[in-house]
Amino acid sequence: MSNAPELPLWEVFIRGQHGLSHRHVGSLHAADAEAALKNARDVYTRRNEGVSIWVVEAAQITASAPGDKGPLFEPANSKVYRHPTFFDIPDEIGSM
Amino acid sequence: MSDGLFQFLLRMGDNTLVLGHRISEWCGQAPGLEEDIALANTALDLIGQTQMWLGYAAEVEGAGRTADDLAFLRDVWDFRNLLMLERPNLDFGHTITRQFFFDAFHVLLLTRLQASSDARVAEIAAKSVKEAAYHLERSADLVIALGDGTDESHQRMQSAVDLLWPFAGEMFAADDVDNAMAAAGIAPDPASLRAEWQRKVDQVMADATLTLPESQFAHQGGKTGRQHTEHLGHMLAQMQWLQRAYPGATW
Repeated sequence: MSNAPELPLWEVFIRGQHGLSHRHVGSLHAADAEAALKNARDVYTRRNEGVSIWVVEAAQITASAPGDKGPLFEPANSKVYRHPTFFDIPDEIGSM
Repeated sequence: MSDGLFQFLLRMGDNTLVLGHRISEWCGQAPGLEEDIALANTALDLIGQTQMWLGYAAEVEGAGRTADDLAFLRDVWDFRNLLMLERPNLDFGHTITRQFFFDAFHVLLLTRLQASSDARVAEIAAKSVKEAAYHLERSADLVIALGDGTDESHQRMQSAVDLLWPFAGEMFAADDVDNAMAAAGIAPDPASLRAEWQRKVDQVMADATLTLPESQFAHQGGKTGRQHTEHLGHMLAQMQWLQRAYPGATW
């Protein structure tokens, strides 16, 4: 059980029958996008009717680096004025 | 007529049973995780179809047998599957080529059976044809990928085509059972499926850079049970061992 090195890696995103958005479910190897779709159907959907599958070659995905976590995500947490929590919402507006 | 229908249903169910068992032998052995799961899925589809065909066959026979009895308590000479389907897997190329030859036939047959004068046959065909269409898509793609792949994959596929070709003709050779089914509107004359099957096969072979042998010779004897290959007995010995050793065992 080994995958030939020339078979690229694909990331698989699936929207379930009643799902609102595609979620990443895993990855697999396939020769091309068509084969990746077919494999994804067999490996990840178990023949569920009415699902939508996206496959993306892993090489196409740019991920944020773990080391960037601070600069990328922290500033907002320490600046309460960036969070719109100081407004009184009139009752007739209801929940927002 | 009811014996003809019984024979026809055995042919349908034995095809899916024998091929399903053969493919299941790949479980954990296939050349890649994705192929392993896809082959297991295909095998399960075929076993599901077997339950429907043999279940109906048992009802038509009316001798108190069940689909399980037909699967596990008949011996070689009672099986009615095409010879091609009992052939050993040999390698992935042979397995995929056998699958493609059968899938292309199976889709055509099931499509036509949806219009069967027998409501149950039409029902089973309608459920099965969706699965078969998917099987065909997969096997055709793989034949092309492997035939038009590396030198080694091409050569393995060509040898599989050469070896399996003489077993393809049996699918279209009509006999008394086929004629009776066609006359009753239950099933199409298999010979009438041949031209369309050939078109599909020619197209895939061309894309796969593979060549079909010239010979029109066709091995026969599977559909009638008159002469199976030496492979079926070995397969049944494995498949039926538990029921033979512990008759009536359930779990």
